[in-house]
Amino acid sequence: MNRIARRFQDLRRTGRKALIPYITAGDPRPALTVPMLHTLVEAGADLLELGVPFSDPMADGPVIQKACERALSHGMSLRGVLELVREFRQTDSETPLVLMGYLNPIESFGYEAFVASAGAAGVDGVLTVDLPPEEAAELAEPLMAAGIDPIFLLAPTSSAERIRQTAPLARGYLYYVSLKGVTGSAIINVDEVANKLAQIRALTDLPLGVGFGIKDPFTAAAIAQVADAVVVGSTLVSKMAELADDPESMRREVGAMIAAMRLAMDAKD
Amino acid sequence: MVKTMRNPVDFSQFPDQRGHFGRYGGRFVAETLMEALHELDEAWRTCRSDPEFLAELDLDLARYVGRPTPLYHAERWSQKLGGAQIYLKREDLNHTGAHKINNTVGQALVAKRMGKTRLIAETGAGQHGVASATVAARLGMECVVYMGAEDIQRQALNVYRMRLLGATVQPVTSGSRTLKDALNEALRDWVANIDNTFYMIGTVAGPHPYPLMVREFQAVIGREAREQMLTDYGRLPDALVACVGGGSNAIGLFHPFLNDAEVAIYGVEAAGLGIETGHHAATLCAGRPGVLHGNRTYLLNDANGQITETHSVSAGLDYPGVGPEHAWLKDIGRAHYVAVTDEQAIQGFHDLTLTEGIIPALESSHALAYVTQLAPTLRRDQSIVVNLSGRGDKDIYTVAALEGIQL
Ligand SMILES: Cc1ncc(COP(=O)(O)O)c(C=O)c1O
Repeated sequence: MNRIARRFQDLRRTGRKALIPYITAGDPRPALTVPMLHTLVEAGADLLELGVPFSDPMADGPVIQKACERALSHGMSLRGVLELVREFRQTDSETPLVLMGYLNPIESFGYEAFVASAGAAGVDGVLTVDLPPEEAAELAEPLMAAGIDPIFLLAPTSSAERIRQTAPLARGYLYYVSLKGVTGSAIINVDEVANKLAQIRALTDLPLGVGFGIKDPFTAAAIAQVADAVVVGSTLVSKMAELADDPESMRREVGAMIAAMRLAMDAKD
Repeated sequence: MVKTMRNPVDFSQFPDQRGHFGRYGGRFVAETLMEALHELDEAWRTCRSDPEFLAELDLDLARYVGRPTPLYHAERWSQKLGGAQIYLKREDLNHTGAHKINNTVGQALVAKRMGKTRLIAETGAGQHGVASATVAARLGMECVVYMGAEDIQRQALNVYRMRLLGATVQPVTSGSRTLKDALNEALRDWVANIDNTFYMIGTVAGPHPYPLMVREFQAVIGREAREQMLTDYGRLPDALVACVGGGSNAIGLFHPFLNDAEVAIYGVEAAGLGIETGHHAATLCAGRPGVLHGNRTYLLNDANGQITETHSVSAGLDYPGVGPEHAWLKDIGRAHYVAVTDEQAIQGFHDLTLTEGIIPALESSHALAYVTQLAPTLRRDQSIVVNLSGRGDKDIYTVAALEGIQL
């Protein structure tokens, strides 16, 4: 059992839901990424999603686009991201870490070389935004053979047929994109999410994460009622951008945001 | 020398059901777009085999676009070059002045059948944006054109044309602020507005079914040219030449000839300031395979897989990817891809203008520049069909500025 499965098992046992923050590796500066990951864990994160910056992030809104641009302007690359993961693993061997990004940097690295390096660095899952299940076998198979989970997205527009097609290839958890749009878009409709999750649950036993559009503790708690995991990204990334020149405050405030979500999600009503 | 090959491949059978041309093409997009692509694919397949749709399209092409376009024998230019006879496929004579409208007229009819009320498009030079705004005006649809902030500066004339036509030109300030970023932004818009919005991609790129659908709408160029050669001159040409940005005018000319193994095929890319300088847009000549904008194809990207910025004097060729079918045709050797510099293209622009009285688009001038190299290597009884993809009125400011003249 890998770290992701173990973590979801532990959470289920204690009746809690996973809180998964997303940050872009190398943003605002590469030296701040590993300390920020530790801060997120200390503040109550259960899993981490680390964005691999790409020049053309077509499924991301302006906040994460700018984060990619900042990271790339500091020379961040997939190789550099894997080095950051290795560094993080030196002091945290427990928290599952998922890379989230686009296919071209992985193609450029070479699938085999990437799988080997990611495994060695301590990566537990890989979510490739622009790699839908019908094109995924070539990467998903070596990932699974190396014990790394290929993570897939589902959307409000995904038909039952597509959910059925995706589920057998997916490992770790399924990531439900809670709205029609890009990352960082407007507030989500919790009832609609609940309905769709019920449909997905009928077709898979994997834990279900929900992301895109969750910005505050109230929404995080509401989503935690219906999902197994809550993913929070753009709101953290925009706070980091705002405080880029003051790393102390940045860590403190982003940590506080996660802690507040943790508290709201764990509250028993 | 014209190169020929024997091909065991039946080119009409590609792409496969999932949009693959060999290892290229496919559908590499986020799950949020899959259902929309599926819906588009179904709608387009229905249209494609519906005689009523095809009749409506033919009528639009004849009466609105002005087809068929002539195949013109450039006698003086042929004589001057002293080799093969050169025939120009006059896409510059289409309504709006380029081949782009063949595609937008077709996609707009699909959009109408799907009940969509809002059209979005990306544009670089503004030609596809103008062609999109044009059909939107005609059908009374809302139209939003995404255009890199950089390109808006370079192409003021077309920006104004689009506004006159009632379109909203949305500046894109992300990334390199050019065509590739406009395409990203249009995809983001589409994801958020799938219910009422139809995305008209302007070239044979993007996820399946776009490379196939756009090819089918542009293939009217090659079907006409093939028939015109056969009826007017009683034979097929020895070579075809077209410029390649995303590759839509080129595949439109090439596709109906792919099974004619004796016809040599040349796609001409933009070498910009020279491939060795790094400032170019010669994706097939200097790039390597990767994944961008929903398909696997040749790309210009750095060692880390980040897409690099391109340069060409012609905004319409300034794109770091290329249609996946061209990537495949290159690999299997059915078509040959070459590149000419800004300087050579400008020379081609002047040559045609002075010898034939036709002012070509700077994009098309790349094809012309290659013809000046190819024609003298062929005999006088051989022939070349070159796609004159657009007229050059839009480029007059650029050419004047390069010569230090302010208009
Ligand atoms: C006249 C003309 N030719 C060629 C192109 C390049 O596009 P494609 O390679 O898709 O034909 C453009 C693009 O704007 C154009 O305006």
